[in-house]
Amino acid sequence: MSEGYGRIIKDGLWGNNQALVALLGLCPLLAVSNTFINALGLGLATTAVITLSNGTVSLIRNIVRPEIRLPVFVLVIASFVTAVELAMNAYFHELYNILGIFIPLIVTNCAIIGRAEAFASRNPLRHSLLDGVSIGLGFTLALVTLGAGRELIGQGTLFADAHLMFGEVASGWTLSVGGNYPGILLAILPPGAFLGLGMMIALKNVIDKGLANRATTVVPATDQAAGQPSAG
Amino acid sequence: MVKHPALIGGILLGVFGIAGSALVALTYDSTAERIAQNERDALLRQISTLVPAQELDNDILADTHTVQAPEALGAPSTTVYSGRRDGRISAIVLSPVVAPDGYNGAIRLIIGVRADGTLAGVRVLGHKETPGLGDKIDVSRSDWITHFAGLGMGNLPEADWKVKKDGGHFDQFTGATITPRAVVKAVRKTLNWVASHHATLFATDHPTEQQP
Repeated sequence: MSEGYGRIIKDGLWGNNQALVALLGLCPLLAVSNTFINALGLGLATTAVITLSNGTVSLIRNIVRPEIRLPVFVLVIASFVTAVELAMNAYFHELYNILGIFIPLIVTNCAIIGRAEAFASRNPLRHSLLDGVSIGLGFTLALVTLGAGRELIGQGTLFADAHLMFGEVASGWTLSVGGNYPGILLAILPPGAFLGLGMMIALKNVIDKGLANRATTVVPATDQAAGQPSAG
Repeated sequence: MVKHPALIGGILLGVFGIAGSALVALTYDSTAERIAQNERDALLRQISTLVPAQELDNDILADTHTVQAPEALGAPSTTVYSGRRDGRISAIVLSPVVAPDGYNGAIRLIIGVRADGTLAGVRVLGHKETPGLGDKIDVSRSDWITHFAGLGMGNLPEADWKVKKDGGHFDQFTGATITPRAVVKAVRKTLNWVASHHATLFATDHPTEQQP
């Protein structure tokens, strides 16, 4: 049951966006989206893990017996998360210190085991890798949008601390809305994350509705989220 | 054909466990050196914002010993880094010093004290204070904490080591008095402790212990 490549990309980024449609991985999404750079760092780390785990699960899908498949998936994911954590500590040390506990916690992001179970264990390698990249980037996109919005409203800057990720070249990238912007504390605090995510989901639904209305002759796409595991 | 599915499952699981551990072990092995170097660099950068490296001629990271003064310094054990010039200790850096009474729990500080009893500087290592209010103690949010540099019991009477609201010298933040109050108190206690142990802390022939 392989799907077309275009379909996989579109589902991962938009139609079945894990953060906005499936509502998976909310813990890191809400906790780390306080600045653009934090969001980008965690998003890319998650993308790396999900791609590696999707690829591995797809390769071993015919060896692993059904009764032990979940423990094996967990093992695969946990190993990759630990490897990514060590790599980030070595190459992005300051970002690693800021993201802290949320890097090891990638292992608990249900989107990853969700894709392993729902997609990679039933599809060939190339499709699974593409699905991992698409789902990961879709998650990163949601995370980064929320992070940019919260940073802009909450402290009036964008791309602050970009040097943590891009080196000293990026230390001048910070954009600021103006000298004495007071900052709206609510956006930085946890409730701001919930409000922002709610607005993003609402916006996505409005856009989807608009698209569906414009193409009245086309049968609306079936909801991809149905049948997905929905635990947080 | 399969007589013991549980056995085969167990063996498979074991194989994946070994493969996973091997991956982690390999990554650890190839990154461990770089991670240790990163941690050293970060610590050295932190220390040199307090005591500039060009003021010293020793390897301050290797010239350390630990002290146990939980009453005065707040932490069960604090590392003392001794910065020397021409053999004499010109400044010490204490890390961590803990202010236990922040608004949201403990605030961890690193404090540098010069031989003349004035502060080389204070920085926050970690805190959980409210973003936008108490987090102004962090040097990336405001320059409040840099105003400690140069002060000491000699040029600021002990009674002034309070926030302005309590009749002292130091500014508080709008909407956050508890946080700066906790930091000022921890710094004052540290200065007093250093003063009362000055002879040992700044003794030239102080026994040093090497730390990895």
